[in-house]
Amino acid sequence: MAQAAAVAKPPAPPRRRRASATPRRLPYLLIAPAGLLMLGFIAYPVISVFYYSLQEYNPTKPWRNGYAGFDNFVHIFTEDPQFWGTLVFSAKWVFVEVGLQLLFGLALALIVNQTFVGRAIGRALVFSPWAVSGVLTSAIWVLLYNSQTGVSRYLADLGIGSYGTSWLSDTATVFPAAVVADLWRGVPFFAILILADLQSVSKDLYEAAEVDGAGRFQQFWHITLPHLKDAIILSTLLRAVWEFNNVDLLYTLTGGGPAGETTTLPLYIANTSIDAHDFGYASALTTVAFVILLFCSIVYLRLSKFGGENK
Amino acid sequence: MITKEATQVAPAPAAAVPEPPRPAKRHRAWDEVPRWQIYLPLGIYLLFTLIPFYWILLFALRPAGSTSLVPWPMTFEHFEKVWTERSFGTYFGNSVLVGLATLVMTTVVALAGGYALARFDFKIKRAFMLGLLCSQFVPGALLLVPLFEIFAELQMINSLGSVIIAETVFQLPLSMILISNFIKNVPTSLEEAAWVDGCDRFRAFRVIVLPLLRPGLIAVGSFAFVHSWNHFLFALMFLNNQDKQTIPVGLNTLMSADSVDLGALAAGGIIAAVPVVIVFAFIQKWLITGFSAGAVKG
Repeated sequence: MAQAAAVAKPPAPPRRRRASATPRRLPYLLIAPAGLLMLGFIAYPVISVFYYSLQEYNPTKPWRNGYAGFDNFVHIFTEDPQFWGTLVFSAKWVFVEVGLQLLFGLALALIVNQTFVGRAIGRALVFSPWAVSGVLTSAIWVLLYNSQTGVSRYLADLGIGSYGTSWLSDTATVFPAAVVADLWRGVPFFAILILADLQSVSKDLYEAAEVDGAGRFQQFWHITLPHLKDAIILSTLLRAVWEFNNVDLLYTLTGGGPAGETTTLPLYIANTSIDAHDFGYASALTTVAFVILLFCSIVYLRLSKFGGENK
Repeated sequence: MITKEATQVAPAPAAAVPEPPRPAKRHRAWDEVPRWQIYLPLGIYLLFTLIPFYWILLFALRPAGSTSLVPWPMTFEHFEKVWTERSFGTYFGNSVLVGLATLVMTTVVALAGGYALARFDFKIKRAFMLGLLCSQFVPGALLLVPLFEIFAELQMINSLGSVIIAETVFQLPLSMILISNFIKNVPTSLEEAAWVDGCDRFRAFRVIVLPLLRPGLIAVGSFAFVHSWNHFLFALMFLNNQDKQTIPVGLNTLMSADSVDLGALAAGGIIAAVPVVIVFAFIQKWLITGFSAGAVKG
């Protein structure tokens, strides 16, 4: 046995040859299913979106279909005020949502990271909306905001506001109403990501800081925040992309209304393709959305110097 | 006696390892946060979290037309109505099928791919990883049109298979990254020891690695299930027949009906939430580990 252990190195080559009768091919075989699925159902569709964006393509008006060059793009940038409206709303939506989610999520994570009686149940309860889907979130908040039997009715009973108010059909209140509904579900997600990373902060650092006389705020500023930096940058980016792309909530909560007031660019694209069947134009809009998303992500990663010290 | 002296002498030069007196101090440091600074904000946030849940329960359980803030007398008429008249029974079955199929496909395909990424170096690995990363920026919703075309070509419109494939594909990248990180955490030497003992690669994987991956697989599988259970647009786009629809589409139908039946909507919402609640209750303890091992570190 001792001999075998001593010569463990030399026999390695023959073993390698034998153990993998398919040495070269095995990793390719293993990634093949995933690779093929992604090529077929992500890469190919992405390419065909670029292709369709140069076409006039509308199944309901087949006589007009054909190569259109950059007409779709010209139309987007010069003749489509709705595009600019949705772009502005998208920016506003992502900025407000992600900003507030980061703020509340961080606070929530810091709180439930403390030791206190009832922590496990407290965590489970405050994180629970995270599991709720976009459509279900909409359903819940449609009930809360309903003009007849929603919260406003009971507030009116208490003398706050008036009967028959529906916050979702008033252009003045629809934005905050939608933001609150999405926060309800989004904050826990952020909090979970941050909490996961918080737990890997070494307690020794805090002790050392304590010895040096650092207060709680200083500890947060100089230890916790720098440690969380990468996680915050990454989750903020993922969240921003996700909030930008996500259509479920607004589609079902407001339908983009009232008066197009809450239509994000992706929602506009979905409406253009699902309802108007204007596939060519929707593809051009999609291409524009891609470019914007990619550009913003790169700028964001550059500005935040993500992973700069590691690699 | 001797050891005590030794430990007291040793830390002095090191200065960084005065272990023994620490524990008491550490606890004080963490418990120094005044209790009200924990319970007050948490309590407020808890209200914000729970009132919507209470609201949907209230609407689901109180009789139609009631404005009481307590669901009493309790009724299950809304559930019966939604389950039979609004065909939530059918939707539920379809959603279960889609969810389970997505779970199995995602886990198996991502396990194979994740193993390759964790244990091998091969030519296209970097390109493949880059592809995984980039796919995170591809919004499923924006690919509806080409995906519709593909499924139409494959004669899969109106078949649950289309939704299962689409959900699986969009779950794969993250699942694969997660699983490969989990596999990396299993020491290679364990596997090598099994090879030396005469196991081939697959047997060594099955006997040694797979059992250690269980928490990771459970996390990945439940994400896949919950995601496909909740997702809405693919089913809306690819399934036209009512008897093929899934729960979220059913909910959307209830919401966009001309006169919204709030009791039915609430009951439907609760039916939609039940499997997700069960899954999360079951995997709570693995969730945070799953995330910290995969998403953040990776």
